[in-house]
Parts: sequence; C-alpha cells; structure tokens
Amino acid sequence: MAQQLTAPASEPLVRMEHIDKTFNAGSVNEVVLFQDFNLQIARGSFVTVVGSNGSGKTTILNLLCGSLPVDSGSIYMNHRDITKMKEYERSRFVGRVFQDPAAGTCPSLTILENMALADKKGGHFLLQPGVERKRTAYYQEQLSQLHMGLEDKLGIQVGSLSGGQRQALALLIATMTPIELLILDEHTAALDPRSSETVMQITRHVVEEKKITALMVTHNLKFAADYGDRLIMMHRGQMVLDMVGAEKDNLEIRSLTDKFNEISIEDGN
Amino acid sequence: MDIFLGLLQVILREGFIYGIMAVGVYITYKVLDFPDLTVDGSFPLGMCTAAALISAGVNPWLACLVSFAAGAAAGAVTGLLHVKLHITDLLSGILVMTALYSVNMVITMDRGVVPFYDLPTIFNSGLGGALHTTLDQWGWVLMALIVCMVVKLLVDLYLKTRSGLLLRASGSNAQFVISQGKNPGTMKILGLMIGNGLTALSGCVLAQQKESADIASGTGMVVMSLAAVIIGEAVLGRVKWMKPTLTAIIGMILYRTCLTAAMQMGMDTNYLKMLMSIIFVAALVASRAASGRGKHNGTAVDRTRI
Repeated sequence: MAQQLTAPASEPLVRMEHIDKTFNAGSVNEVVLFQDFNLQIARGSFVTVVGSNGSGKTTILNLLCGSLPVDSGSIYMNHRDITKMKEYERSRFVGRVFQDPAAGTCPSLTILENMALADKKGGHFLLQPGVERKRTAYYQEQLSQLHMGLEDKLGIQVGSLSGGQRQALALLIATMTPIELLILDEHTAALDPRSSETVMQITRHVVEEKKITALMVTHNLKFAADYGDRLIMMHRGQMVLDMVGAEKDNLEIRSLTDKFNEISIEDGN
Repeated sequence: MDIFLGLLQVILREGFIYGIMAVGVYITYKVLDFPDLTVDGSFPLGMCTAAALISAGVNPWLACLVSFAAGAAAGAVTGLLHVKLHITDLLSGILVMTALYSVNMVITMDRGVVPFYDLPTIFNSGLGGALHTTLDQWGWVLMALIVCMVVKLLVDLYLKTRSGLLLRASGSNAQFVISQGKNPGTMKILGLMIGNGLTALSGCVLAQQKESADIASGTGMVVMSLAAVIIGEAVLGRVKWMKPTLTAIIGMILYRTCLTAAMQMGMDTNYLKMLMSIIFVAALVASRAASGRGKHNGTAVDRTRI
C-alpha cells in the first residue's frame, strides 16, 4: 500500500520508490519489512527517524548507503539512479557516522593520517605522499572547532581516543569532502549522556555550517524532537508519523512519548 | 672461535635473506590481518623461477624482478579467490599453495632440485662479486644485508604513501576504506601481491646464494615467517624508533639463531620442522602473555589471532 507523502518544498534530493525488502526470505524467520515503501527527502532538510526495534529505521539507512540491497524498487539521489551502485561507490556522496565509535575512524592510524585519507576521498590512492604537510593547518583548524583539544594531538593513534572524541572525529571525517547526504546511524547511542550532548551539538554545528542534508536515526526521543526540521516515526516498515517544519516545532515531547509507547506496546516491548 | 664466527655468518646471511620474506608476511599478517598460507608455495616459486632464468642466462637482477612478479601473481590469485569467490582466507591460501606445487614442477621441468653452479648471480657478479672478493664469506652477508635493507626501506616508504595508508586502514577497519569510496577487496589483493612478491624475492635471493633451487623448500615457510614477525614484535615491539619491518627482520635472525643452536647441539635435521613449530608456539604464547600486560594499547585488532 502506498503511503501518504508530505509534499517536498522543492525537488527532493533522495527518492526511495516502491521499495520491497524481506529478510530471511523462504525461511521460518521470514520478515516482510517493506512493501511498496516510499520516502522523499528534501534538499537541505535534517530528518530525524525514531521507531521501535525492527521497525525498519536502520534498514532505511542501510538501503540508502548500499550496505543492504533492495529486493525491488528504486533509489534516486540527485537525479541519479543509485539502486545498483555499490556501497563504496556511494560513499563519494553519502557520508555515514555509525553507532559503533570504532567504525568511522581507523584505530591503528593517527588522527593526522585518518584526516589525510578522508581529505582525498574519491580521489586516486597511488604513491603520492600519504600526508600532505601543507594541509595540516587546515586539519588543525577543523579539529579546533570540536573544542576537544584534538588539534594538539595530530600524531596520536585514534584507537586511544575516547568514544565521544572518536565520534566527533568521525563526523568531521564523514563531512571532510563535499557530500550530498549525511547519515547518522544512532551515532550517540554508545556514548555517555554528557558526550552524546556534545556530539549532538557538534552534529548541529557541522550540518548547519556545511549545509548538508542529514538523516538521523536515534533512540533518544528528546534528540529527535529537539533537532532537525522533520520527524519520522517508523513502525513495522511504515511511517506512522511524519511531521515537518512548524508542525514538528510545536510537537510536545509528551505526545511523542505517548505515541512511541503505543507502538512499542503493540510489539510487546 | 672460527666455528662461532662461521655460524654467525650463516645465521646473519640466512636471517637477512629470509628476512625479506618476514617483511612480506608482516604486510599480509599484521597490516592486512590476513593469515596467508600461499607463502609455502610462493617461496619455492621464487627459487624455481630464479633457477630457470639464471640457467637460461638471464641477468640475476632481472631474475629478482621476475620472481617478485611471479610471487605477486600468486598472491593476486589468492586474493581473487578470497575477494571475488568468497572462499575463506585460509582455504584460498591452501588452494594456491597446492596449485603452485605443479607450477613449480613445470618451471623446473619435473626436477626436484635444480643446481646452477658457476653462473652469474647477485652474489658472485657485479657488486656482490666485488664484496665477495674483498670480504670472502662476509661479502655474502653484506650483500644479503644490502638487499634486505633496500626492500625494508622501500616497504617503509610505501606504507607512508596514500596507497600504503589505505592498505593499513583496510587491515584495521575495512568499513573505513568503504567510507573513503574505495573497495577494501582491491586493497586486500594488493597487499597479498606485495607480501607474496617479497616472499618469492626472498626465495630467489636464497637460490642465488646457494646456486641451487629446491622445490620442497617451501614447507614451514609460513610458520617460520609468522614466528619471526611475532618474536620480533614481542622482543622489540616497544622500542619506539624501530619500525615493525625491522623488528620482523631481527625476529627472523633470532629465530634462525634458535634453529642453528639446536642443530649445533646435535639435533637430527629431520626434527627441524618439528622444532620450527615448537618455537612458533612458544613465541605465540609468550607474545600473548606480553600483550596481556599492555592491554591498553587500544588497537582493535587481536594481534595473535590466527
């Protein structure tokens, strides 16, 4: 069944059309998640997605990034059909920050080496010097915006940073080169409350400064309500709530929690 | 005293020559985190290629390059089996190692041992010849040292290039490579090519020094070079200025010292391979105990996984 879409203000950046997705097809564990699922994301919007476990919110991200294939349907980004494109090919215009702080950066390389690689995303990785010294000042300036003192630690291995520091660095790395869509995959879920506040503020700063279209999945209803200009609630592969602009601004956290509890009880969790 | 010096000579000479292989295995095992068993096949591949080419009158340095290329091709096959056909890392290596036995037989024209005495090699002509004339047997040690150090420096330089950084990233976080718009599978194949190329080069240099190639020489090469990498890291891993390539070479020299000492104490050569495995296990257990003490080094990779 087709779903009611909120009309986008301008030509949408992302269009997911008639998506079908079934997990473990043909087995007793078969789960039909999406049937004719449609989603459009407007250029320049910051969409937050909430939903119960197994509602399909993370699957949306995985389909967009290409880490999972669609069964049928099409995905368009900026007028390109990216349905068949491989994950690493999509990375050139889709940035992603993962829930696991270890996923977005490379632990055995230094901060400087991590940033130098990200700086050349999509380019040729041949026998050029790995780190261009003349770019160091630029990296330091970028790092100083995080207010974590990382600009003085360029030479240390990323593996020795804290989770919050790694997520902040991962955000910077994901947005180092111009991208069209930033995907935030519960990127504060593994952090302590204080670090997640910090990382969320950095997220807002980065998204606003670089004017990136962003899609954020979160378990934190408060973050979902406070950040972004559109809120989607997913339940069993469908959008049960889709609020944009003023409608979202007037949303009370209480009514969001009630709605969330309602769908969670339905699923028995 | 003469006996002692003679032994030292052999240990160093062979340590440096096998050290080239240890650097290659450092790349596959440590940088890529890929337990590569192709090595047991690509080492004799290098030996046999050297024997065939030098017997045919090819320049010994050119023979080194061709051996490297042959090893790289073998590594590429292992990589393709693993990346494109999704065969597990261990099995891909075993398959290619087994197939290489036939390839080596074809190269040596069905001979198990191919001697090529009194033909020009890197040890008796040009620079090597001059060193040998002035320093006698120490000339060979020096020549082995020179080749080994050139390889080590080239690898160190490569690991600092953009491609080298990406190779290091692909071993520690494949998702990071994907995020940079690159295929981590391609990096894996590249790393296996370098690793096996160096292994074959090591075999080629050893053949030139012995002026003979042995098709059965591959057995135990994986064990020996992994042990060298692990011993080197366990003993010298904390020395800040030493690069892992250097600790692998020194690890190989230490390992050869253990083997030579055992032989000198009158051990039957038939027990050599057994001893190689025992030293390996000892090194593995010791390095685990050592890394257990310094757990906060923060790397996500389990350094003793195999």
